[in-house]
Amino acid sequence: MFFFSLRTSAALFQRPFYGTETIEQMYNVGVGSLFLVILTGMFAGQGLAYAFAVELAELGAKNYLGRIMAIAVVRELGPLLAALMIAARVSSGITAELGAMKSSHQIDAMVAFGVDPRKKLIVPRIIALLVMVPVLTVVTDVLAILGGYIVGTLVAHLAPSIYWAAVKERLVFGNLFIGLLKPVVFSVVIALVSTYKGFTAEGGTKGVGRATTESVMISSITILVVNFFITRVVFATIKGWL
Amino acid sequence: MIALRSVHFAYADRPILRDVSFSLAEGESMVILGPSGSGKSTILRLILGLECPQRGDVIIDGESICRMKESRKIDVRKKIGMVFQAGALFDSLTVGENVAYYLLEHTRLPWDEVDRRAREMLGFVGLDADEIIDKLPEELSGGMQRRVAIGRALLSTNPRIMLYDEPTTGLDPRSTEQVLKLIQRLNADKGTASVVVTHEIADALAVADRFVLISAGEVAFDGTFEALRDSADPRVLDFLAPFRESFAEVSRKRFM
Repeated sequence: MFFFSLRTSAALFQRPFYGTETIEQMYNVGVGSLFLVILTGMFAGQGLAYAFAVELAELGAKNYLGRIMAIAVVRELGPLLAALMIAARVSSGITAELGAMKSSHQIDAMVAFGVDPRKKLIVPRIIALLVMVPVLTVVTDVLAILGGYIVGTLVAHLAPSIYWAAVKERLVFGNLFIGLLKPVVFSVVIALVSTYKGFTAEGGTKGVGRATTESVMISSITILVVNFFITRVVFATIKGWL
Repeated sequence: MIALRSVHFAYADRPILRDVSFSLAEGESMVILGPSGSGKSTILRLILGLECPQRGDVIIDGESICRMKESRKIDVRKKIGMVFQAGALFDSLTVGENVAYYLLEHTRLPWDEVDRRAREMLGFVGLDADEIIDKLPEELSGGMQRRVAIGRALLSTNPRIMLYDEPTTGLDPRSTEQVLKLIQRLNADKGTASVVVTHEIADALAVADRFVLISAGEVAFDGTFEALRDSADPRVLDFLAPFRESFAEVSRKRFM
């Protein structure tokens, strides 16, 4: 996996660059996952806001709902939910596709015809994920905060201006930085795990199925672990900007 | 042209080939016979440089393919056309895009020219281009897929050597006959050297002058049809035993 990642990283900067494949993958990752992250963001935001609103109302602090939502969503929930949803949908798809191509010797055929499968198959998927995971995370963030707004105004009877002012107050550099750094790192995790698992899948259909399951499992767990360490390290480093 | 010199190869700890040596001259047609799992397909992968032996060497036109740089390997592979087991067509591309794969990847020919060459090649391998060029491989029969794969290998680089990995496995008798005739025609008309891997003795007899039998990872036999027929090697007799009737029949036809 280490050497695979090294060679793949080198391939990112080598020619030829497959533009059409990259755009196709960006469409697959971005447009294909859009509906999923819209639903996830909206309902997760509403659920979270509901739980917070009830508790904050009891404490007489419901005006802080926007602040809590902004911090929780932008720093943690948005990047994590978006990445886990994308890991489930895209990681499984990439591993299954590459695994099937390997077991049917399509990757060997590519090599036989002088095409480097790393550049043709892996690099476009990495670039697509690097671009689209942050975009989808922002969509998740927006929808989750919007879900919080709906619950805040309809359930907690909070004035819209108070909610938005509180949200705006916490959209500071530090939170936005963490919120955008995480999806970049998560996209690399998803891309490397899913392509590695696809390229090393063995044992026919059963092997491809196993590789696909492992791909989702490893991506998801790695995302959760990496998320903790990013929060821990970045929080300590840029505490003053949070 | 191709030479395997004392090749030893293993997947992880599982030995596949032991001290395998043979060579193939320009224009020669060879069949590698052997039971399933004997390492026949591995030999083709070694020739193509997809795998490298742990010991020994694979020489293509005087150069070791495993010691070449990747760019040189690409040049050498241009001399070699490979038809993978079950065709290995790219299932997300149309038949036309499959046949013209090499042209689309490595040349800047206008689409009209690419399309013309793809149609010409499909015609050469006995397929109706108008009918199938826009179809996906999964919409074709097994025999048609194999012929598209042969067309793809030919159109790519105009190869001097063709490698066929189990070209008729899983095909009905009619499709098998069509594929074998195509291989025979290529050998005769274009003078390409060929290595066919198969465990079907009838197919082997139809397309080759020379036979190599791999048994338990070793070369158990290397010679002509007559030598194969007359061999008293127990490994040869053991392999041919299930095919005795068809072998005798093909043998009669061959000498009629």
